[in-house]
Amino acid sequence: MTQFETVTVETDLLICGGGMAACGAAVEASYWAKQHGLKVTLVDKAAMDRSGAVAMGLSAINQYVDLNSGNNTLKDYCDYVRNDLMGITREDLVANIARHVDSTVHMFEKWGLPIWKDKEGNYVHEGRWQLMINGESYKIIVAEAAKNALKEAGGEYFERVFITHPLVEGNKCVGAVGFSVRENKFYVFKAKATLVAMGGAVHVFKPRSTGEGFGRSWYPPFNSGASAFFTIYGGAEMTCQEVRFIPVRFKDAYGPVGAWFLLFKSIATNAHGGNYMKENADELDKWDPYGHVKPAPANIRNWLMMLDVMDGKGPIYMQTADAIKKISDEAPDEKAAAKKLKELESEAWEDFLDMTISQAILWASSNVEPEKKPSEIMACEPYFIGSHSGASGAWVSGPEDLQNGDTKEEYFWGYPNMTTVGGMFAAGDASGASSHKFSSGSFTEGRISGKSAVAYIIDHNEAPQVDTAKVEALKADVLKPMETFEQFKGATTDPDINPNYIRPQQFMYRLQKIMDEYSAGVSTQFKTNDMLLAKGLELMTFLKEDAENLAAENSNELMRCWEDVHRMYQAEAHMRSILFREETRWPGYYFRADKPKIDNDNWLAFCNTVYHSNTGEWEMKKRPVKYLTV
Amino acid sequence: MPSFVIPDKCDGCKALDKTACQYICPNDLMVLDKEIMKAYNRDPTMCWECYSCVKICPNQAIEVRGYADFVPMGAKVTAMRSSEDIMWTLQFRDKDIRPKRFKFPIRRGVAEGQAQPFDHWPTGDSDLKSPTLMCEPAGLNTDRGPVKIDHVLTL
Repeated sequence: MTQFETVTVETDLLICGGGMAACGAAVEASYWAKQHGLKVTLVDKAAMDRSGAVAMGLSAINQYVDLNSGNNTLKDYCDYVRNDLMGITREDLVANIARHVDSTVHMFEKWGLPIWKDKEGNYVHEGRWQLMINGESYKIIVAEAAKNALKEAGGEYFERVFITHPLVEGNKCVGAVGFSVRENKFYVFKAKATLVAMGGAVHVFKPRSTGEGFGRSWYPPFNSGASAFFTIYGGAEMTCQEVRFIPVRFKDAYGPVGAWFLLFKSIATNAHGGNYMKENADELDKWDPYGHVKPAPANIRNWLMMLDVMDGKGPIYMQTADAIKKISDEAPDEKAAAKKLKELESEAWEDFLDMTISQAILWASSNVEPEKKPSEIMACEPYFIGSHSGASGAWVSGPEDLQNGDTKEEYFWGYPNMTTVGGMFAAGDASGASSHKFSSGSFTEGRISGKSAVAYIIDHNEAPQVDTAKVEALKADVLKPMETFEQFKGATTDPDINPNYIRPQQFMYRLQKIMDEYSAGVSTQFKTNDMLLAKGLELMTFLKEDAENLAAENSNELMRCWEDVHRMYQAEAHMRSILFREETRWPGYYFRADKPKIDNDNWLAFCNTVYHSNTGEWEMKKRPVKYLTV
Repeated sequence: MPSFVIPDKCDGCKALDKTACQYICPNDLMVLDKEIMKAYNRDPTMCWECYSCVKICPNQAIEVRGYADFVPMGAKVTAMRSSEDIMWTLQFRDKDIRPKRFKFPIRRGVAEGQAQPFDHWPTGDSDLKSPTLMCEPAGLNTDRGPVKIDHVLTL
């Protein structure tokens, strides 16, 4: 078998990931590390210019609190997030990001990101919290600043190195291991603090498209659960593992709807032209006190639409033509109307071209001109994404200065954004209960965590103690799928069909089938119950055992194997948390048919979980929700 | 396959120190076949159609054909990215619909490679335990807003 050389890298701060949160961490940590003579090292499984969820670009910045305008307060943002998540949120974390995010956006502009401006020079808002941008190169610009920051501070970055496992000694994270997908090298990173920012998890659930379009998930397929695994397996307490996110997007290609709903004020209807938000409004009483808040929570909007879908009233349409007509009708004369129409057309297409090019292809291939006919929208499959309207991630400490006497004992343990494992920090999709941070807030949370981690290192400036024997055993485990393939490939005439092993693609299909059919996926219209979940967990047991027999022909496939294992832990944490929470709180995300109502008396609480890797046991914990602003 | 390589145009980036598409693909899909010095997408079902390979290819040798399992044939969306803007051309399946062309800026005022990360505004204090991040509080303000923030806010 191919030999992998072991490369050891010693550093002060290790940043795992290369997306928005990781770049924010790299910039901020480098600034403080430079002053204190510390070294920052970043490891990315891809190339930083195009890694993470912003790889393709974005057409909007979704978190800009605009405190400086006097129009919004931190409390306003907390209200918005708390209501959207049906009360389950950590206001200390949300407010911490919100009070810093504006300076992040202002820096992006200094780095060359084109933000739309009106004639007076003010930013163009898509909605209350959203700014329109020309964001094709959003990630390239942000990565450039991060790379320049690392360089200026004497740090370094590794690309195409895939992190598989955390290194934990006692209750302290001392680094991570992984391997290169370009060279036969096994990497051991030893660090005084480690910052996890490796994104959310996609392809845990079966996607709607199962042919060539399998990869056309709304969130990117390369967000493969690495953050969740790293923190779960490292023993960190996790939160909101049941709070998946299901966006409603243009059907099949999953193009963004934000500009249509917010900027163009479009409405969505069922096939008969009925506005489900109005026609199904009686349903809102069932989900109070959140049913009637404005704006309606994302999952409630989903739910009212899903009711029409389940009633056979599809297709569901975004009424694009009506919206465009209404706007151009407001023009004073015909010439102005024609000009406005051209402007809207360009904005509508740019919205797709900047962030979901597939949707532009789909429209062009279906002869859709949005000013002439409506387009279908649909709920996507579930994703794990702590940065949007989902909330899954690690349970992290908040900042001390945002606590009150009541919250401090629950939500503060020394260093902002540190998990319950010493020296292990989490940001972006890796940290939970702090939703609606999006790209700008994820970068900001990376900054907060980066500074905090530097403070931790100064207080705990001791060389990481790494057990060499443990690392050797881990290396053997990580490379085992390649050994398995080599050992058994000759046993059959077709390397894909072999009774001795399972290849990662089929393994992923198996995981997705369990999640889809037992854990409230697309095929059950996002419904499940306790018995289905119990059955699903039984099938998960077999899957976990078979993970020992994953096989990889090369390093790319080895990465796929470990991506699958990462997804599998996210999946199990999800199932156990849905089972633990005996109510239905987010009906448009998942519906527990055996517990069909919201139960604020018993479940206005966080469902947390700790995985004990020595016993394989999942410990479930109920933690109180304590607000700061209400 | 979502992204595909036109053999006549691909030269395997032999003049460069690395194969551009292989370097950039966020999902590690583009591979150089060293025998024929042409790149290919090794797993179209894992392709997000992000166009990173299309945009970076120095020879415009990569295009995208919509996912065959749900996209009707015949349309084409092409991108030409320069250092300051991107030009898009959309051709519809129905050739009677006039192709559309859009040009959008991609960066403004800062040359490629020149994004300076630090010190656009002074940093208020050097205390690692304070909530003040780099460039704060000054960088929290714009020159347009009426509220001047002079410290990191609390609730």
